[in-house]
Amino acid sequence: MARMKFICDAERCIECNGCVTACKNEHEVPWGVNRRRVVTLNDGVPGEKSISVACMHCSDAPCMAVCPVNCFYKTDEGVVLHDKDVCIGCGYCSYACPFGAPQFPSQGTFGVRGKMDKCTFCAGGPEANGSQAEFEKYGRNRLAEGKLPACAEMCSTKALLAGDGDVVADIFRNRVVKRNKGAEVWGWGTAYGSAQAGQKPQAEGVKK
Amino acid sequence: MIKPTLALLVATSAMALSACGEKAQTLGTKNDASPFSGSTSVAFVQPGWQAGDKTSWERQLNARAQYGQNDHTRSP
Repeated sequence: MARMKFICDAERCIECNGCVTACKNEHEVPWGVNRRRVVTLNDGVPGEKSISVACMHCSDAPCMAVCPVNCFYKTDEGVVLHDKDVCIGCGYCSYACPFGAPQFPSQGTFGVRGKMDKCTFCAGGPEANGSQAEFEKYGRNRLAEGKLPACAEMCSTKALLAGDGDVVADIFRNRVVKRNKGAEVWGWGTAYGSAQAGQKPQAEGVKK
Repeated sequence: MIKPTLALLVATSAMALSACGEKAQTLGTKNDASPFSGSTSVAFVQPGWQAGDKTSWERQLNARAQYGQNDHTRSP
């Protein structure tokens, strides 16, 4: 098996926030903490695009690199998880993460910042799989139940895909081929220009 | 004369052993069981795969990804 990955098809996402609701409900995430959210670019302008964002379970995760207490670990399936008993809630991971994935509950006395909380790819954490302790700290462990993340499984338009990287890439590639559009979704081509993304690549040395 | 010595010995031993009851302060995370080893919340486990069998778990997830997310395989 390859690494577990999310991909959001911006051609299909309708900003319904079903993934956000599914996540909050499945893991009983407290008020003020959003493990997943939908971001819309050019909101209100014709052609606006939405994308559902959470922890991307980076192959070379910056949160892991900056954590002063080394509370992060990566599973064999490529899921980035953390140990809340080790986390000190310093917030370094929040500054390091390009996706704004780390969240901090602030329900303590004087709104003190609690231990970091983030998307677990529905893989729980370092407690017995499916135990009450795991649920209370990290939420449901759907992977151990033979299921995929709730956000992707609840997505009404199947814009959000989750699972083995090879499988979701294959599903997405098939869609792009069938509709003959959508490879420009996000990524290198969109950011730097490519014929595939509908933009001419910038010539080297040319500045705008 | 023996009593103060004994009391001192007991006190010293108690102090020396007090650290044994403390939580380990080692750095690093606890070990996490692999997802294919299954879940204790049996009622929620999806049937059709064998807990502890990695290949069977992978097959289950890949099949679920296909029938749950790939609508091109469902429509001709």
